[in-house]
Amino acid sequence: MTRYIVLRVLLAAGVLWAAYTVTFAILYIIPGDPVSAMLAGGLDNGAVSAERLEELRDAYGFNDPLPLQYASHLWAAVQGDLGTSVQTGQPVSTAVGQVLLPTVELSAAALVIALVLGGGIALVATYTHSAWLREALLGIPPVAVSLPTFWIGLLLIQWFSFQWGIFPAMGDDGIRSLVLPALTLGLPISALVAQVLAKSLQEAALDPYVTTTRAKGISRLQVHLGHVLRNATLPSLTMVGLIAGNLLAGSVIVETVFSRPGLGQLTVQAVTLQDLPVVQGVVLFGAVVFIAANLIVDLLLPLADPRVTVGRSYA
Amino acid sequence: MTLAPPPHSRTPQRTFSGSRLRALGAGIGLSTLLALTACGGAGAQSPAADGGGDPVSGGTLRFAVGSDAGCIDPQQVGSNDSIYSTRQLVDSLTDQDPETGEIVPWLAQEWEINDDATEFTFTLQEGVTFSDGTPVDSEAVAANFDRALDLGARAALIGGYLQGYEGTEIVDERTFTVTFAEPSAQFLQATSTHTLGILHPDTVAASDDARCESVIGSGPFVLESYTPNDSISLSAREGYDWGSSLWENQSEPYLDGIEFTVVPESGVRAGSLQSDQVEVIGNIAPQDEAQLQAAEAQLLARTNPGIAFGLRLNHDLEVFADEEVREAISLAINREEIVSTVYTADTPAATSILSSTTPDHADLSEHLGHDPQRAEQLIAEAGYERTDDGGWERDGEPLEFEILWFNNAATNAPTLELIQQQLAAVGIGVSLQEGQVAEWQTHLSEGTFETNWGNITRADPDILRTTYHTDLANSYRLEPSALDDLLLEQAAATDPQERAELVAQAQEHLVTEYLEIPVVDLTTVLAVRAEVHGVRFDSGSRVHLNDVWIEDAEQ
Repeated sequence: MTRYIVLRVLLAAGVLWAAYTVTFAILYIIPGDPVSAMLAGGLDNGAVSAERLEELRDAYGFNDPLPLQYASHLWAAVQGDLGTSVQTGQPVSTAVGQVLLPTVELSAAALVIALVLGGGIALVATYTHSAWLREALLGIPPVAVSLPTFWIGLLLIQWFSFQWGIFPAMGDDGIRSLVLPALTLGLPISALVAQVLAKSLQEAALDPYVTTTRAKGISRLQVHLGHVLRNATLPSLTMVGLIAGNLLAGSVIVETVFSRPGLGQLTVQAVTLQDLPVVQGVVLFGAVVFIAANLIVDLLLPLADPRVTVGRSYA
Repeated sequence: MTLAPPPHSRTPQRTFSGSRLRALGAGIGLSTLLALTACGGAGAQSPAADGGGDPVSGGTLRFAVGSDAGCIDPQQVGSNDSIYSTRQLVDSLTDQDPETGEIVPWLAQEWEINDDATEFTFTLQEGVTFSDGTPVDSEAVAANFDRALDLGARAALIGGYLQGYEGTEIVDERTFTVTFAEPSAQFLQATSTHTLGILHPDTVAASDDARCESVIGSGPFVLESYTPNDSISLSAREGYDWGSSLWENQSEPYLDGIEFTVVPESGVRAGSLQSDQVEVIGNIAPQDEAQLQAAEAQLLARTNPGIAFGLRLNHDLEVFADEEVREAISLAINREEIVSTVYTADTPAATSILSSTTPDHADLSEHLGHDPQRAEQLIAEAGYERTDDGGWERDGEPLEFEILWFNNAATNAPTLELIQQQLAAVGIGVSLQEGQVAEWQTHLSEGTFETNWGNITRADPDILRTTYHTDLANSYRLEPSALDDLLLEQAAATDPQERAELVAQAQEHLVTEYLEIPVVDLTTVLAVRAEVHGVRFDSGSRVHLNDVWIEDAEQ
């Protein structure tokens, strides 16, 4: 088991390194440079002399040969120094840390919505005797998955904020301002949850133990919620990593549409302004979240289901 | 992980069209992004005089902007969206009348300029203090100027304003002389800008980055809090009574405070204004205009001073060596059709290389007409011959060029597509190349463009010298000519009449030789709710908010 964990951590480090290297390559090889982007405060300003540009690029180290830049950045990153934002001069870790809380709040709320909505649809669809209702409910997730997040967001704002004035259209000011963004972010994920959970529920319901339990006189509802659901949850657990990724990716759009501060908005801005250190910091953070979520699930699975064991192949 | 900007998609809802979301990619956060232009008239309308009864005090003004530059220091920011807030924190030595371009007293009650515009002596008003009580004196001003040239990369504007700065000599507490190594007539106008707004000596001494987080000024509003990419909160300065001589209210602001919120999506800004979630919004997209008018919002428009939007030619290119060809390009462009199709009818077509609100602008519209037949004639005179596909060719070289552009205004793409069609109608081939904003300065300094589409905002004609003088950056690769002398002479001219004459000659040189092809004057548009009065454009088409009051404001 210990060996398994060590191997998994080493693997995680490898994935992080790969993520870092690929982003570095993409960011530093594409045309344009962050110093110009900073000056493009900018487009509307008078020209800045070529000498001044060179000076600044030197100061930020953008004139060093690529391998040297790569090596020095990687070495600093290993030591926990992700560099400083070209735009604001803030350390990247501070920049990410500052906006983390609003995104965590948003993601948590969206997750709750996704689980309640998605779980509800899956449970009702697999429990009901009405073929019509089942088909209708199971038809919702594929549609919801295909709707663009920003479109859902704009529609929600248009109705609930501009027309009915129930929720604010912008900002990060308490629960009321969290409802619409969380709903926007949670809807597509709830569809994902509903699809996977409904499938495993349907499969689990066919298992022989269901017949046995029913024969013992336990009500259908009790069997459905107490036994079938418990067995069907396991496959859904493996989606946690996927959901974490979806939440991070969705926050980019949701935070922009709802003018919320957060990791998503930081990402958009850093990408637009080619603030390379910040983009790399965000990518690394995303990779860490993704890897951690998957690792935790893998370690938890045996606890949830005694039939699953980890590390046997290594032992 | 999604790291790309949001997808470019169409939405079925009319009020939220795809182009707005498309602007996210290029536009978000990116500042100066010149207001999404395009409506309203040329004049500086001050709604202060629009009636509505006597001003009442109280209330907080909620102002939604499209982006945040990540910095609150007026000396370091150049983006309109950031200037709206940071302008309120500082006073400037002078103010500039947006109607006449005249420089009038603000912190400085009077000034003198020597004959060759190298020495500027200012006398400050008495009794002005920063918000912590420290007096605004000669020493504080000198500290500001001395430090300005050490500011880092963000401060792209201030270097031009203080070019050739030698030092500030303190005569007494309220009198000082600023000295330049070379004539710098533009400096007086520069003192009216937010960029040379006067900051507290402690703020001045802080690091560039620290200044971006918090500043102390002597302005009508005081910074309460700043959360990058989210909000900026200002409160009224108690005891303020040294407002610009152009303002109606020179003492304490009517408002209790101002709350700036960053709202990247233009449709959300418009909807928020309509549903009374904010009172003022910047960066009005053309497609939101009808909706805002229906909601009875006031649309305030002012043409930005400076260099008009136009085609800026790279004179290293063989194809632009013939004046006939350059004139033909200008004649082929139908400016009236462009402004009436892409912009609302009262956005002015360019009438010179300088936009109509720039001081010393000369109306040269007679040289900027539309005559496709004459254009074809000129091309033939330059030695080109018709090809089978309707184009032109000379010595095997086709008559065609590329326009490099940036998505910093929603009107750019439709304007350029129309120009492309208009030039195609006379047989000139044009291809459009969209660039990234981050590449802009590189393209300029390395000359890796054939033509580009852009403008520059500056309420002083000296912008012609910084843009076109061949000893400076000379991004457009002009040959040294008599134009250089004109540009230098205007920089040294202290007599307004004489300077206007020199500036007019310089414009004539640029326009009649078609060294650049001006097309349309950038116009900034703000939307303001009907109950808000007194939003006042300054000469650079940014706003002063000391005159603002809200009807039925809660005390």
